[in-house]
Amino acid sequence: MAILEVRHLQKTFDHTQVLRDISFSMEKGSTLSLIGSSGSGKTTLLRCLNFLETPDEGQILVSGEVLFDASVPATRKEQEIRKKRLHFGLVFQSFNLFPQYTALENVMLARELLAREQPDYKQRKKQIREQIEAEGVQLLEQMGLRDRMGNYPHQLSGGQCQRVAIARALALKPDILCFDEPTSALDPELTGEVLKVIRELAERDTTMIIVTHEMAFARDVADTVIFMDDGRICEQGDPKEVFANPKEERTRQFLASHRT
Amino acid sequence: MNMAQIWEQMPIVIGALNTGFLQTLKLFFVTLIGAFPLGLLIAFGSMSRFRPLSYLTRVIVWIVRGSPLMIQLLIIYYFPGLVLGNPIWGGGEQGRFLAAATAFIINYACYFSEIYRGGIQGIPRGQEEAGLVLGMTRSQIFLKVKLLQMIKAIVPPMSNEIITLVKDTSLARIIALQEIIWAGQAFMKGSQGISGAIWPLFFTAVYYLVCNGILTILLGRLEKRLGYFR
Repeated sequence: MAILEVRHLQKTFDHTQVLRDISFSMEKGSTLSLIGSSGSGKTTLLRCLNFLETPDEGQILVSGEVLFDASVPATRKEQEIRKKRLHFGLVFQSFNLFPQYTALENVMLARELLAREQPDYKQRKKQIREQIEAEGVQLLEQMGLRDRMGNYPHQLSGGQCQRVAIARALALKPDILCFDEPTSALDPELTGEVLKVIRELAERDTTMIIVTHEMAFARDVADTVIFMDDGRICEQGDPKEVFANPKEERTRQFLASHRT
Repeated sequence: MNMAQIWEQMPIVIGALNTGFLQTLKLFFVTLIGAFPLGLLIAFGSMSRFRPLSYLTRVIVWIVRGSPLMIQLLIIYYFPGLVLGNPIWGGGEQGRFLAAATAFIINYACYFSEIYRGGIQGIPRGQEEAGLVLGMTRSQIFLKVKLLQMIKAIVPPMSNEIITLVKDTSLARIIALQEIIWAGQAFMKGSQGISGAIWPLFFTAVYYLVCNGILTILLGRLEKRLGYFR
């Protein structure tokens, strides 16, 4: 069964249709690259999956469970949505780390707040917190930030910040990790270290959706690539196929303008 | 008037000014304690998505910020007794203090609310979104993510208002609250055997200066302590 299935998503902002009948599905452990020019709807699609925007039409299913259905008002309630969000993680272009917390605290904060809702939190407080901390440390080590855990975001480079943000998203063990142009705010030197981390995640079969302008990366890391244009899925398929022999004229134009 | 005479009058004057300054400080602290939380409530009101509430709060803020605090003091103190025939404050010093504190709290809460609003709205939208995506509730996001960032952003403008408040307490003189200006002025008309002396009134400035000097140092330290993040 597909881990994620998106059916007929539509979204309109102030009379401009941003998403037009978006449908696709992906398998557990696979990586999906979303490419397309600015304004084609890639970011809005990710934001819909993370419930930061509410689609006007369509359904979102995770492992067969309907998380969102525009025609069922009950699935649109804020209370319901909070838990459903946890199926997804989102890494932002601008990191959005919490500036008053250290790298490790950034990774631990949401887990700790969620743990408080467990019925046995009061009795096992110390044990739970130690476990959350141990996992946070392990994630930051995995991101190559062993000696940066106690630093505040402003003491870190952009690439380090983005790796902390990735660890923070992973800490909640989302089914699907989304990246919204994770390297667009970074200079080329720092881009490499973030892409390396994402590649490693792909090798560990993390289910990921990556919006990116790094074409070579999109081609190498993804199992499937989706090219979006004007709110539609214009073309999708095996990245080697799409990049080598694009079927649609629009895809050809886009790829030609992104070849370096 | 010569220095010897002033030297002679000094102990009596200092004693009276100290008593007056205690009342000044009391008004200062009571205003802060009341206006900090009330200002936050007003800020939330003015940012409310419920239109009638946000319009109403904005009109109140406009009236309070747009008219002199001295007039507000007079209205709050005299209006219930003279117009409504119900002198809720009573005539004594305690009644005057309650009326003054009410006027100051309302007035400063309105100024604070605008500072809070600026502080909250100045926090990048991405902070809220990051919290939401991590499954945090709106109140967790406010308390655990935004609050400290807001406090850091508002310390400098708040410091300004707090220092202004120390001096503004002298306006309570208009309803004869026995704060330090009232105490200094008393020696002009005659009090404790001293009359026609204007120097005690001038000398009150020293109290304000010292008090604001201490506050400037304390608020500067707070600003520094919050400098560990950006």
